[in-house]
Amino acid sequence: MKPILEVSDLNKSFGAVTAAADINVTIHENEMVAVIGSNGAGKTTFVNMVTGYLKPTSGRIQFCGKDIAGRAPREISRSGICRSFQVAQLFPEMTILEHMMLAFAALQVGLKNYFYPLHSQAAETRALEVLGDFGIAGHANARVGALAQGVRKLLDIAIAMVSRPQLLLLDEPTSGVAIEEKFALMETVMGGVRQTKAAVMFIEHDMEIVSQYARRVIAFYEGRIIANGPTKEVLAHAQVREFIIGEIQEAAIVASKHD
Amino acid sequence: MRAFDKTPLAIVVATTLLLVGFFVFPAWLSLMVVTIIAKALVVVGVVVLMRSGLVSFGQGLYYCIGGYAVSLGEQVLQITDIFVLLALAMAAGLVAGSILGLLMSRYREIFFAMFSLALSMILYGILSRTQSLGSTDGLNIVQPTLFGIKLATQQAKLLIYFTTCVLAALVTYAVHRYIRSPLGYASMAVRDNEIRVEYLGLAPKKVFYSNYVIASVVAALGGAITALNYGHVQPDMAYWSQSGEFIFIALMGGTSHVAAAFLGSAVFETIRTYALELAPDAWRVILGGVLIAIICFLPKGLWSLTQFGKRSGSSDWDRVVDEKDST
Ligand SMILES: Nc1ncnc2c1ncn2[C@@H]1O[C@H](COP(=O)(O)OP(=O)(O)OP(=O)(O)O)[C@@H](O)[C@H]1O
Ligand SMILES: [Mg+2]
Repeated sequence: MKPILEVSDLNKSFGAVTAAADINVTIHENEMVAVIGSNGAGKTTFVNMVTGYLKPTSGRIQFCGKDIAGRAPREISRSGICRSFQVAQLFPEMTILEHMMLAFAALQVGLKNYFYPLHSQAAETRALEVLGDFGIAGHANARVGALAQGVRKLLDIAIAMVSRPQLLLLDEPTSGVAIEEKFALMETVMGGVRQTKAAVMFIEHDMEIVSQYARRVIAFYEGRIIANGPTKEVLAHAQVREFIIGEIQEAAIVASKHD
Repeated sequence: MRAFDKTPLAIVVATTLLLVGFFVFPAWLSLMVVTIIAKALVVVGVVVLMRSGLVSFGQGLYYCIGGYAVSLGEQVLQITDIFVLLALAMAAGLVAGSILGLLMSRYREIFFAMFSLALSMILYGILSRTQSLGSTDGLNIVQPTLFGIKLATQQAKLLIYFTTCVLAALVTYAVHRYIRSPLGYASMAVRDNEIRVEYLGLAPKKVFYSNYVIASVVAALGGAITALNYGHVQPDMAYWSQSGEFIFIALMGGTSHVAAAFLGSAVFETIRTYALELAPDAWRVILGGVLIAIICFLPKGLWSLTQFGKRSGSSDWDRVVDEKDST
């Protein structure tokens, strides 16, 4: 398999906090990779650096042979890496359909964007097609303010898929969704993504989902990668069990007691 | 699913009525209509900026630039043709807006508001101190010509009135299109979430920049029309209270449609005229009271009065009614 994303010796610190230390990661075409790690391990920071939201303190990020470290998010999006967010990032006053049509319009260049209406039959058809892939076409005319968390998450991902990225980074696609809905949500997401053959790297806390959908797992701990390999091996790794899975289970127990 | 766009038709009807109106209106009313439209044009720019979340306390800058461009065009360049003068004013607004926009599109919120205020006050300061530009007295403007033909006073009034109405119709249509275009939606998007817009592959700065330039050009046009209408310009056009008036009108009218600026301007001018007559000392109090009432009872401005009983289509921006239905 051809490598598409190559990250080497990546570091990021926020003052005294080291959020990323000597990160080396390669992602290949069509891969399904999960990123695990307890809260504050640096998972989101990693995604933020790859997608240009944060500038690394040092290190290299190459995508399809091009250096992208420190580029603006819009350049990186246009070059083929798209992302979703831990908390869905949407525009409260726009409908689902308008989100999608704006995402499509953002891909075209020139004066067309200044004078032709956003709404058109062609734009609607295209938008509805992607929404259909993600099972949310039924909500097309609802404004996001009125939507359930799961639908928002799906819309956030559908927007990221509009430009047919080669690499899709999903930051906790199932967070904020009820446990019994997580698998169904993941099924929909993966179904939608599979249409495009994009490589996917998703951050996930639920180990059942990780073992179901990932071929490879990267484990973060305090800004470092402590394990990186086939799913079964990493989930059985001693340090991973102690520092990550243990902690997550403890956190889940604490949370369930609070309920 | 998509509603038929009634705006172009409404623009044509309203413009036709106004053009016919000239032959029926008393002179003071025709003068007032031009005043209303000139100010509304500036307010259209304020509305465009507001939709992206920016409040400019300095649109007087471009209003003034437009006015002085007409006066200087006459005095320095010896231009008297109305169309050339108006084009010159818009070009001046375009150039100034394009340059200052590079700077202004970096600022948001109160910083943008104060910065725009500061720029307009600088112009005010310069103009009111420059003897050759008439200082605080300003400059006079002679009657414009049409294609080199000198006109009688009444004809010139007709020319200014007609030109104003037709140009306003064109601007309204163009801005209406803009608001419904991807850039128009992107303006609303950058107001709510700039980061997300970046990730869509758009540059938020470009969105702010194009809004800023559009607002500059229409404000300069408004200033130029005011100059021709009154035959006079003065530094007060750039004074902060003038800019404040534009925001005042924008709030009165609302921001959900371009035409709201015209409605706001008409109501503003009418109330001011009558308030001045009825209570010369208290007209500001009356206007202030009206604005407070509008903010309390019609938070989306007077324009929401035109939306009552209407289920707006998916392309419409203010869907207060729909939102309540779906929750
Ligand atoms: N913008 C920032 N400024 C300062 N510190 C930050 C910033 N972003 C992240 N951090 C810190 O960096 C560390 C890693 O944070 P990050 O958000 O990457 O964790 P995470 O693995 O995504 O955690 P979670 O599972 O809670 O989402 C944390 O200690 C966090 O407080
Ligand atoms: Mg995170």
